[in-house]
Amino acid sequence: MKKIISFCLVLTSFMVSFGFVSCSRPKKDPNTITLWHWMTDRDKTFKELAAQYKELTGIDVQIELFAPSDSYTQKVVASAQAKILPDIYGVLDTKETFANFIKYGYIADLTQEFKKNDGEWEKELFTKALDANRFEPGNGYDVPPGIYGVPLDVTNIQMLYNKKLLKKAGYDAPPETYDEFLEMAKALKRIGVPGLVSGWGELWLADCFASNYAFNIMGEEKVMATYRGEVPYTDKDWVRVFQIFKDLVDGDVLVKGVVTKPNKEAEQDFALERAAFAFNGSWSVNVYKEINPDLEYGVILPPAISNKYPMRIWGGAGSNFVISNTSPNKEKAIAFVRWLTSQKQQAYLAEQTRNLPSNKKALSSISKVLEEFAQSMDNTTHPTIWPVNESPVVTEKYTKGLQSIIIGKKSPEEVAKEIQEVKEKEMEKEQRRK
Amino acid sequence: MSTNAAKTFNFSKLRYTLESFAFIFPAVSIFSIFYIFPFFYIFKLSLYEWNGLSPFMSFIGLENFIELMRDKIWWTSMWHACYITLIALTFQNMLAFGLALACDREIRLKKFYRVVFFLPPVLSEVVVGFIWRWVLNAGEQNGEPYGLLNFALMKSGLNHLITDWLSNPDTALTCIAIVHSWKGFGWGFIMLLAGLQTIDKQLYEAAKVDGANSWETFKNVTVPMMIPVILVVMILTVLGSMQVFVLILSMVGQGLEYEAEVPVTRILAAMTSSKQYGYACAMGVTFGAILIFISFSFKKISERMKQV
Repeated sequence: MKKIISFCLVLTSFMVSFGFVSCSRPKKDPNTITLWHWMTDRDKTFKELAAQYKELTGIDVQIELFAPSDSYTQKVVASAQAKILPDIYGVLDTKETFANFIKYGYIADLTQEFKKNDGEWEKELFTKALDANRFEPGNGYDVPPGIYGVPLDVTNIQMLYNKKLLKKAGYDAPPETYDEFLEMAKALKRIGVPGLVSGWGELWLADCFASNYAFNIMGEEKVMATYRGEVPYTDKDWVRVFQIFKDLVDGDVLVKGVVTKPNKEAEQDFALERAAFAFNGSWSVNVYKEINPDLEYGVILPPAISNKYPMRIWGGAGSNFVISNTSPNKEKAIAFVRWLTSQKQQAYLAEQTRNLPSNKKALSSISKVLEEFAQSMDNTTHPTIWPVNESPVVTEKYTKGLQSIIIGKKSPEEVAKEIQEVKEKEMEKEQRRK
Repeated sequence: MSTNAAKTFNFSKLRYTLESFAFIFPAVSIFSIFYIFPFFYIFKLSLYEWNGLSPFMSFIGLENFIELMRDKIWWTSMWHACYITLIALTFQNMLAFGLALACDREIRLKKFYRVVFFLPPVLSEVVVGFIWRWVLNAGEQNGEPYGLLNFALMKSGLNHLITDWLSNPDTALTCIAIVHSWKGFGWGFIMLLAGLQTIDKQLYEAAKVDGANSWETFKNVTVPMMIPVILVVMILTVLGSMQVFVLILSMVGQGLEYEAEVPVTRILAAMTSSKQYGYACAMGVTFGAILIFISFSFKKISERMKQV
């Protein structure tokens, strides 16, 4: 009997110690750094570059892919909670979450690295791309001013049009105004071609489209004032923004099922010429090339409604990497991302993955369509560089409201009222917290 | 003498107790670490306001639960889960029972059918969701639908039935419920078939001798003998259907406003989109309590039916 008891106790102690050992951090090899990313299309190229880097420096960069991006985001948050973040990773979330990662010590400050040698590294990269990683003095997130991330590529989201289908409908040039766009969509419908496709089953993309027009209709200052709670969502300009979605539904401009469509499916629709227009980002060039290499398309800014304010599109840094503040190999991790963003590697990445490079000197290696995307970089803006962001609870209500207009359940006025109610509730909560 | 006897007695009792504890200790410790501790931790988190990252959490008592009681979207999502469950309980289980009855008889290719009917449950929910998304797709090319169902309807001259199945609030949830039932009926089928095979054949022969027809035999022999299995299948169907969410994410994503939301997608949204970890935990605790209540209710019903 003693034997049985001893065996059980030994087994239990073994399991408990095994549990502790598994929970404790493994010892880091000083010549190995780990990078976590979510970019399925770039995984192979990252691994090739990592192999080149190992040959060059002897440092083994382990590239680990976790996709899709939603799962990646959850993994990074959970790993931060468990304090097991890798040396290099990305924060795919709002500016507020990015700021929280910095405030609670998960991300290293890279300002000194960027400023070295008279700001050599900083000057090489697109300012707009770097801005997403920059916190200015007096920022609203209580983050010490500095640069905390490295942009790997730049991106922006615009309207794409199929040249062949437009010609079939009798148009040689893309629309310049919103009314022209609606007219064109009607003409396309007459020849059996749906107008616009986008992955609005993903909340952020519908938010992005609405945000473009909000900037165009009321200007940045009024949008920010709304986020600060100074302008209500029931304001006529906001109702006009929501009305756009109703116009698109009433004019039968949207591809059927757009409200539940993931962006991957929307990309397939545009590539297979099932829609004449797409609202999508510069990353799609690679996708279209793979699905339909003969697709003839061009890029335009979403057709403006108003001349009062410029059309602003979401863009800037596409993918960013940050360095773990607790990494024992911090210096080596920084050296690797520095190498990854230098001209030669950026040109290689741009050629292989057809994304816009974050290094200005590497622009010469991009295709004509990407050049069209690049021309509008000055029009870009992004929630990550805004001085204030909307509360995530309000944003959810806002994007769900847009979907309810598309499915014909609510009017723009009803949606505006509902968003404002949630906004007021959130502001009350914020007051109580203070 | 009596003291010695007491000592001996106490020692053997203690040894017996220690033995028992030693045997269950590994299981209890694992269960405590991975089940009991997380449950209490989640309950603790539900009493706090926390964004999931900050080392600081503010204690707000039962505020999350009070807000949850007032949250119309949460209760709508609960109704959606109940609707899916209702369809699964009826359509899915009736289909499973019908097919199990058919396969219990001496028919040709019996084994082949068993394998075929058990295929959907072994497929990944994501794969099933995407396959059905393709079947129910409402898209058109050159004026013709390319989704399998709409294409079939068009070719059959039933153009008036063509609709946007997954983006129409009137049809989306029913489509999800039917696909969920299609995917899940195989489990019920296997369990019910196993149950049918345990019924003593002599009972059927006795019923036949007594002059019972097929319907009377089914009603008076098969159904009463199958009640314990049917109850188990029903409990599993309820628990599985109330927690459906992967299928929803792969079929309609985050789309359709709140028309396809179920409790688990709400919990996920509260954690990932709106960063309300405390509120998400309150949802999880409440939802868990509801599921436990349902399971116990079924257990009680099952006990009563056994007595009858």
